[in-house]
Amino acid sequence: MNLHNVIDQIEKVDPEVYERLNGRRAAMKSLANLGGKFALATVPLALGSLLKKAYSQTPSAQILDVLNFALTLEYLEAEFYNKGLAASGLIPAGDDRMAFEVIAKHENAHVVFLIATIKALGGEPVKKPTFDFTAGNGSNAGPFAGVFSNYDLYLAVSQTFEDTGVRAYKGQAGFLISSNAVLRAALQIHSVEARHAAHVREIRYRRPSALVVGMPLPWITLNNSNIASPLVQPSYNGEEITMQAGIQIVGINGFEITKEDASEAFDEPLTKAQVLAIVDPFIV
Amino acid sequence: MTDNSTSQNLAGPAGIEKSPVSRRKFFSYAGLSAATLMGAASCKKFDIENPFEKPKEAVDLGSGDFGILNYAYALEQLEAAFYIKVGASFYDGATAKEKMYLSDVQRHEIAHREFFKNALGSKAIGALKFDFSSIDFKSRASVLGTAKAFEDLGVSAYNGAGELLESATYLLLAGKIVSVEARHAAAIRDLIKYGDFAGDDVVNAMGLDVARTPPQVLAIADKYIVTKINASNLPTS
Repeated sequence: MNLHNVIDQIEKVDPEVYERLNGRRAAMKSLANLGGKFALATVPLALGSLLKKAYSQTPSAQILDVLNFALTLEYLEAEFYNKGLAASGLIPAGDDRMAFEVIAKHENAHVVFLIATIKALGGEPVKKPTFDFTAGNGSNAGPFAGVFSNYDLYLAVSQTFEDTGVRAYKGQAGFLISSNAVLRAALQIHSVEARHAAHVREIRYRRPSALVVGMPLPWITLNNSNIASPLVQPSYNGEEITMQAGIQIVGINGFEITKEDASEAFDEPLTKAQVLAIVDPFIV
Repeated sequence: MTDNSTSQNLAGPAGIEKSPVSRRKFFSYAGLSAATLMGAASCKKFDIENPFEKPKEAVDLGSGDFGILNYAYALEQLEAAFYIKVGASFYDGATAKEKMYLSDVQRHEIAHREFFKNALGSKAIGALKFDFSSIDFKSRASVLGTAKAFEDLGVSAYNGAGELLESATYLLLAGKIVSVEARHAAAIRDLIKYGDFAGDDVVNAMGLDVARTPPQVLAIADKYIVTKINASNLPTS
């Protein structure tokens, strides 16, 4: 990632950033003093000092809370994929491995981005928790024991994390409405999580196993998890609704829209409390 | 140049329209179809006189949150009309799975379109006319390539529009739809090239998807939309 790249990325997040920084030239100059090329590790720092100038208004504690909540979820996902890729013999070489490398790259980037953003806004990023991906609350012998040796189980947990992540960001969007730049970035992460979810579901569609129930499509039908475990059900409950803003979507205006279609067409949010309850067994 | 799928899109294609059409509904459909035909006729006349000029009938998306919802309604009309045409006669060699995915997406987009229409009520813009003449509906590459472009465009449009909304309720509704558009985008991209669900062309080095402003989106969609759209009253921040 070079300097121009960083500037371009910031500009995408906030097209008005240069006005906030008294122009592109000034922004470029202040960053240029830091050297032509950044090591990835220094990006948060450079971004942080740059963004601090741009957003001198004090953000609400609520926005920082949301960002730290998101960071916790991104830590969870990033470590899950980093460990999965490091577990020998878990992820098959070829398409599957390449897909999880892409997903891991994004989740790690989200961690870096959120830390930088929280710091830039004057907040304190939460520390990475210790995780137990067996869902054993630290026993490392929970119901998903074998998650890093049984690929079908790994896929099921991955799908649950991604679908939950989509619902988690969606549930927080309203709390970010006072900050255009933060809301936009959150939405830009949200849709990436949805792309991941769709692909992990596609992998499961193509790979029948005892853990795959029915036919996982890229979208969520009713409250079907397509996973043979009742433990993941809270991540899917509520997805079955067919009323939106008081409007019934089933058969809307005479069109043949079934309740399955209606549920698939709209993803549903989860509250922070619901998400924390879902991830609690994974966090020591 | 006007695509006759516009009237299909209004009346519902065979197989989509299920419930019996009431007498009142029939006449409202017939009226709309007639208007569409007139639009098509006037468009053709325009072609002869000036192929680059669009028909004068224009729609104003409006201002505030309703303007943004109309903007979303316009994009959902575009997507729904496209997938209805795709589903009316699938491209050569379409597999059962591809047909299933494209039919699912078609119904999702119709659900989105009709949802916005009802939610907007009297504030809703009318039915837009589309020009899909640049698409070869018999060609897998052309259809899936266009689907990919539309889905990625839709994702970027919702990502850019969220901040323009004042109401948290509408923001949540947009959020409910955009992740489904992202699922579509990933699925279509995987059909074209397996593993391309979140390519570097749409997800940047920070792990962020594309966000576009309404003028950016409408400039890209313009080649498919015959009806002139006035977006000048939309909020900009």
